[in-house]
Amino acid sequence: MEPIIVVGSGLAGYSVMRELRKLDRNVPVMLLSRDSGDYYSKPMLSNAFAQGKDAAALVQTPVAEMTGQLGITVRTHIEVQGIDVARKCLATTQGELSYSRLVLAMGADPIRIPMQGDAADAVRSVNDIADYAHLREAMQGTKRIAIMGGGLIGCEFANDWATAGFAVSVIDPGPYPLASLMPQPAGSQLLPPLAAIGVDWHFGTSVSRVDSAATGYTLTLADGSQLQADIVLSAIGLRPRVALAQAAGLAVTRGIKVDAHLRSSDPAIFALGDCAEIEGRVQPFVLPIMHAARALAKTLAGEDTAVVFPAMPVVVKTPAHPVAVLPVARDAAGGWQTLASGNGIKMAFLDASDRISGFVLTGEFAAERSEMTKRVGMPLAASSKADIT
Amino acid sequence: MKVWQCVVCGFIYDEKVGLPEEGIKPGTAWADIPENWACPDCGVAKADFEMIEV
Repeated sequence: MEPIIVVGSGLAGYSVMRELRKLDRNVPVMLLSRDSGDYYSKPMLSNAFAQGKDAAALVQTPVAEMTGQLGITVRTHIEVQGIDVARKCLATTQGELSYSRLVLAMGADPIRIPMQGDAADAVRSVNDIADYAHLREAMQGTKRIAIMGGGLIGCEFANDWATAGFAVSVIDPGPYPLASLMPQPAGSQLLPPLAAIGVDWHFGTSVSRVDSAATGYTLTLADGSQLQADIVLSAIGLRPRVALAQAAGLAVTRGIKVDAHLRSSDPAIFALGDCAEIEGRVQPFVLPIMHAARALAKTLAGEDTAVVFPAMPVVVKTPAHPVAVLPVARDAAGGWQTLASGNGIKMAFLDASDRISGFVLTGEFAAERSEMTKRVGMPLAASSKADIT
Repeated sequence: MKVWQCVVCGFIYDEKVGLPEEGIKPGTAWADIPENWACPDCGVAKADFEMIEV
């Protein structure tokens, strides 16, 4: 029997394998990795620096151990060049591989915007453990870092490096931190606590030039101002990796289009994780991946299962001012309401029928995440009398 | 007493130490933690923890 082939060794690929092996020890599985195939926690890339962890310390389970534990074949340093959907066969740098079913868990690429200047190519991004290793090396002996992007990853890196003693500048064209996830009164809570540990914020502008300076680089911003940095990091977002699926003729919109069963437009091909658009939504976060992996494992084991996503709050790892958020769709009907404030803020998004459909908890309120998650879908008044003052 | 680690974020639960800030007393066995408990750092389920040797 041809194996199930999984393309990608990140959280999505390995989680499907872990879950599948809980249900079926025997079905042959082959996992393909572009890199070493070692298992590591990607969320830790943006908070490992201050803990003094190098790339090797982030590897939780080396590939040999994963192979043994899961009873799967792992091919490393392999690139998939094409999918022949008619013959159920992959063209790869290690020859042709036939599959019974195919799982695409290829992740996403950092979005890069073109810039002027003789050092525009020096701008880095950190999307995997190898990038992190290179970054740590480049940071030796430096002390100034500029981060393009004040979203989740930008804020986490800013907090991490500021804690490690670096002078951090964050540049973002938006009006305040985490603007795509939460309203202004919540996002703005991060400004003073991160400034206090050494983060220099620049909102409402972007980097237009990066040029070499006597030491490090000179960044010229769109508003004409300049700043100096030894390292420039771009953290402005991710774009699902869809080229392979697209070339194979699979339906692709923003990500690889799949239904609630994680099934693409080809019934033998599935997708999950940062490369997938599940029923119209790309959700590049940990919890959606875990839920999707569990459902897909069942389907692969023979019990066709649709993924059901519960309320999945996103945790922003900014220890200087912790944040948990259950974001709402941009066009959601309703509005944000402040429930409490102090050293941080607690806000809920009330939908058209006054039910909680999103929330933000920052600072002292971040610890109420699980309690707040339980209140999602309930009317505000019924869900907690304590909030009525 | 055993130690469990979140496979996603590396969070450690040590049965000896418990999680007093979440109301889980020192010495609480993994089996006695409710099934709907979630990782305090990344929110994944109890099932996403593995026992580790220490």
